[in-house]
Amino acid sequence: MPFLRILVLRLLTTVLTLAGVAVIVFFVIRVVPGNPIAMMLPPGATEEDVARLTALYGLDKPLLTQFGIWVAGVMQGDFGTSITTRQPVLDLVLGRLPATLELSIMALVMAMILGGAAALTGTRYRGGRTEGAIDVANGMALSVPDFLWGLVLILVFGVLVPVFHISGRVTPSLELPFTTDFYLFESLVRLRLDLWADIVSHMFMPALALAIPLAAIIGQLLKQSLKETMNLDYVTLARTKGYGESRVILREALRNAALPTLTLVGVQFTFLIGGTVIIERLFSYEGLGNMAIDAVINRDLPLIQGIVILFAAIFTAVNLVVDLLYAVLNPRLRHA
Amino acid sequence: MLDGRSMVRRRAGARLWLSALWLGLLCLAALLAPWVAPKDPLAQDLFLGRLPPFWVQGAEPGYWLGTDSLGRDVLSRIVHGARVALMVALVAGTVTCLVGATLGLLAGFLRGWVDMVISRLIDIWMAFPPVLFSILLIAVLGPGLWSIIIAIVVIDWTRFARVVRAEAMAQGAMDYVASARVAGRGRIGTMLREILPNVLPTIVVLLTLEMGIAVIVEAILSFVNLSISTDDPTWGGMISEGRTSIHQAWWVLVFPLVTLFLTVLSFSQLGEGLKDRFDPVLR
Repeated sequence: MPFLRILVLRLLTTVLTLAGVAVIVFFVIRVVPGNPIAMMLPPGATEEDVARLTALYGLDKPLLTQFGIWVAGVMQGDFGTSITTRQPVLDLVLGRLPATLELSIMALVMAMILGGAAALTGTRYRGGRTEGAIDVANGMALSVPDFLWGLVLILVFGVLVPVFHISGRVTPSLELPFTTDFYLFESLVRLRLDLWADIVSHMFMPALALAIPLAAIIGQLLKQSLKETMNLDYVTLARTKGYGESRVILREALRNAALPTLTLVGVQFTFLIGGTVIIERLFSYEGLGNMAIDAVINRDLPLIQGIVILFAAIFTAVNLVVDLLYAVLNPRLRHA
Repeated sequence: MLDGRSMVRRRAGARLWLSALWLGLLCLAALLAPWVAPKDPLAQDLFLGRLPPFWVQGAEPGYWLGTDSLGRDVLSRIVHGARVALMVALVAGTVTCLVGATLGLLAGFLRGWVDMVISRLIDIWMAFPPVLFSILLIAVLGPGLWSIIIAIVVIDWTRFARVVRAEAMAQGAMDYVASARVAGRGRIGTMLREILPNVLPTIVVLLTLEMGIAVIVEAILSFVNLSISTDDPTWGGMISEGRTSIHQAWWVLVFPLVTLFLTVLSFSQLGEGLKDRFDPVLR
């Protein structure tokens, strides 16, 4: 069965990739100058204190032994203990993951709405000024990365017309009744719309900054395939039946034009998730990326390892799902 | 009346020239920085802190774009910051291009185990979040111009390798390559004389885009305080400072941001413009 073979092959390469990431990250961060143990102790600590704690974290053993211990731990779901906070890395990372996931998914939804609207409008009024304007806006959005859009948004919606919050995830003085870390989702489920509005107001700008470049890519590609589809016979047939232009685009063309865009969105989504690192920093949003930068600054080796592995796992998982979806949706590949 | 096509072409031409003009100006400013900049970019004067730009009430003559919280001239710092930005763009862009294109060419043309090794490496690299990876590398290498350049090369070579590999593979399957081989050219000879000239346009376009990316990476690293020493003026460093005093002195953020924005836009428009010129399919 070819589909099963693709699946097994892809799973194998995924495992190989993750192993590669683990090896590289483990050895690269151990070249970092600066003793993390000396940094966490108060200034009056003696040499012996440093040596004892170094031994406690296993940092005095040979590199290969350290690597062996770490891999053995990871196999059992133990990612070690953070040096700065002394909590299990897994708990810390899983505590922050929901924030980053919510941000990424909100950005993805925004990108699909914006990009879809641009493509549909551009197709509806193709050949005219409207399409020209959309092309120019798309080009701009595509050329400038999320980091700069974030700064522009801070200026526009944070300073000029201060309508959104420019830092944090939720207003600190608010009482949170949540049991999970999915604030956005849980506030909606609990129908706490006041909290939900506050959270959205914090997430709006970072999510939009992440969404703009992806929206441009979606807009461009979807418009291109829509325009190609509009010349096909079955669309002409729908037109001769007397359907209006908008209905032809929405009902007939969109369905067929969407597949190439959808597969591309999957790959681009991993780039978007990678972008959360600096965007979270820019907006002081308490997610994984922000924690990662702090971990690097504090030389918190076990925490850095954990976060990088988690990011890599998310990236490869998204790519895997996209590949499999493509294999399922594309009949030519399925029967190959 | 103009038909749509020539209008697109003309607009693309204007974009290309405007981008080239801005980047040319920037190069001049960077080269002549000590003579062009009106003030010393490092000179502090706490009595002249947070002066607004020249058209706002309270401005001081000579400080055209105002001063930051330490009284340093914003315009002079932008002009000097262009040196770091362009240096990173040129050196990091070129070295990344050389490394990535070479690996891509080897993988795409030689195939076999070379391709397998390089493709696996690309897979692993693609699984790293790039910004986090660069911050990590700077922590390893220590701050400084060369660390930034090395970090960009280490992270971004895959951009070239991926595209050039695919392109070399497509070219390698064509008849002219087979006939060159039949005519007695060696593998390496074929790769350099037949394949390389045909992928060169793509490489040039990618290089232009990479220069814009390099400028951004430098700015991001300065923003998290990991770039050059904190004294040297960099656009990212200025933006980082401006972000904290945004409600008191917007100009400390706005001017370096606009400069960075235009520079990145120019590199990318230049790349897109070149793509339109070179690529017969797109044209």
